[in-house]
Amino acid sequence: MSVTLLIEQLLNGVQLGTMLFLMASGLTLVFGVMGLINLAHGSFYMVGAYATAAVTASTGSFLIGLAAGMTAAALVGALVELIVIRRLYHRPHLDQVLATFALILIFSEGTRWIFGSSPLWLSPPSWLTGFVTLPGDTRYPVYRLVLIGVGVAIAIALYLLISRTRLGMRIRAGESDREMIGALGVNIAKLYTVVFALGAALAGLAGALVGALQSVQVGMGEPVLILAFVVIVIGGIGSIKGALLGALLVGVVDTLGRVYLPLFFQTFMPPSEATGVGSSLAAMLIYILMAVILAFKPKGLFAAND
Amino acid sequence: MKMISRFGLGLLLSSSVLTAQAEDVKIGMITTLSGGGSHLGVDVRDGFMLALEQSGRDDVEVLIQDDARRPDLARSLSNEFIQRDDVDILTGIIWSNLAMAVVPSVTRQGTFYLSPNAGPSDLAGRMCHENYFNVAYQNDNLHGAMGAYMREEGYERPIIMAPNYPAGTDALAGFKHLYEGEVVGELYTQMGQTDYAAEIAQIRDSDADSLFFFLPGGMGISFMKQWESSGVDMPIFGAAFSFDEILIKAVGSAAIGARNTSLWAYDLENEANASFVEGFQAAYDRLPTLYAAQGYDTANLILSALETAHPDDKDAFREALRAADFDSVRGEFRFGPNQHPIQDIYVREVVEGDDGEPTNRLIGVAIEDIQDVYYEQCEM
Repeated sequence: MSVTLLIEQLLNGVQLGTMLFLMASGLTLVFGVMGLINLAHGSFYMVGAYATAAVTASTGSFLIGLAAGMTAAALVGALVELIVIRRLYHRPHLDQVLATFALILIFSEGTRWIFGSSPLWLSPPSWLTGFVTLPGDTRYPVYRLVLIGVGVAIAIALYLLISRTRLGMRIRAGESDREMIGALGVNIAKLYTVVFALGAALAGLAGALVGALQSVQVGMGEPVLILAFVVIVIGGIGSIKGALLGALLVGVVDTLGRVYLPLFFQTFMPPSEATGVGSSLAAMLIYILMAVILAFKPKGLFAAND
Repeated sequence: MKMISRFGLGLLLSSSVLTAQAEDVKIGMITTLSGGGSHLGVDVRDGFMLALEQSGRDDVEVLIQDDARRPDLARSLSNEFIQRDDVDILTGIIWSNLAMAVVPSVTRQGTFYLSPNAGPSDLAGRMCHENYFNVAYQNDNLHGAMGAYMREEGYERPIIMAPNYPAGTDALAGFKHLYEGEVVGELYTQMGQTDYAAEIAQIRDSDADSLFFFLPGGMGISFMKQWESSGVDMPIFGAAFSFDEILIKAVGSAAIGARNTSLWAYDLENEANASFVEGFQAAYDRLPTLYAAQGYDTANLILSALETAHPDDKDAFREALRAADFDSVRGEFRFGPNQHPIQDIYVREVVEGDDGEPTNRLIGVAIEDIQDVYYEQCEM
């Protein structure tokens, strides 16, 4: 249990956290501004990854692919909002869950229909492979550092967007009082479409970036979606700041738990049993974290509508 | 793809014309054709149908249904097949948990079940049945064979890794059973986990000289890509489930050099295999995976038994199946007392093919005549 291992695992946790933030920020904005539970958010993640894989394969450029992936996710998001989501704002949450769950099925089978059931190939470009040596002789993949950088850049950009621009002002107004900003003459319908497409684009970006590291396949978005929901519940629904802190918290706790819980149990149990118990407990850890936080702060760490 | 649907349609049409004939044989296939992991089911189906087509028989009807990897759906499909369609033989299930939901009730009702993939330990041991035949492997076979191979090759400090679910813990137990030495560490990952940075750092931090892992499907793709970019220099080993021809194409160069155990390889030299691989490529325009080979063998076993008896004569048909008198694409093939295969397990290495894409190449035999350890618990 060395210090370099701990540093490396902390970086891994932060990297997982920044990617979760890209997912969670869109989800929390949509929930905060429009009051909509969107289960199909994981599908935008998948759309982004598939579009990036397809365009990267045909152009040979990862960056063009990435741009195409974000654009595709934003377009699909806008279309979904215009065609389906728009009819759901005044419905109860259960209807929203049912309808967006149906969207998951449609997107999954649609993707399988177009691209087939085999996973697609997508890897980071050659100039992002390899690793750097950090202080303490820790070797760390360049691509993961880039992911952390992208996540931080997006977080700053979102902060500026929301606190300094007119669009951000409207988003904040929409969070506090939806009816009133409509009455003040803001085109609510357009605002909703823009926010929804923005969230979808961020999910698509996360899917593309993570897809290059993992695998691009049907159903890749749903496990991340569950984690993203945990993040926004912990952070407080509707709060970007909460999403950022929640994502980092979940990322670090999940990663460190997976490494150190089995080691902890090994101090007083036989190794094979300890890894079994430790791994099972590590899988539950973030949900335990969520339960504890909700017990003390029922609306999450930074509830937007307090 | 188009060919197979036309062929299937032809079967359906011919059967509706000939329904009056009692000698016709009906086979129900329940397999995974949609959702995650569906390329396994597609290959089992395609291999199975290729064998039927090559046999030229038109008195065998195959009904195919998609289980979407859901145990409850597989269960109700099996009831439909038996009660409504009155099938003689069922086959096709890919996943062990689905097999456990379906097989015991099917065989108890007197219908034959031939497994083209899943081989859970219970069905090989205490829940074995005279109407249940496994044509693929018992789940431990490939992992155990890799344990034997790595010991033979002189690896002394392996670290081993699998998801924390029954097949994962079984895989590591199977490996350790035939490795017969101390392992440096055991890592259990979460089912469906996609990020392996934490595990890779632990592996690097250990003083292991080799890595054995069982991460089926998408989990293996994610792991190997992250493994390559981590810069850890250690030979990797696994079972064919993480290295079929479709998966390694998605992994890309990261898979090169990995060695894996399989009951079959497309470059295995025997007559049956040559005609299988050639026929499969001609019909579907892709290399077959081991799942296709298993589907093909399953169909040929059924066809060989049909030469002697009709499934209505259960005892005679069962005897004919037990004889396993067919040319298997994996060379020698025979059944043990629990009607699971006793077979050689091969080692393949992932290399760069002529087209620059990764592909498997046969490099040797891991273990000869491997038999599962559960047959002693089987009372038939």
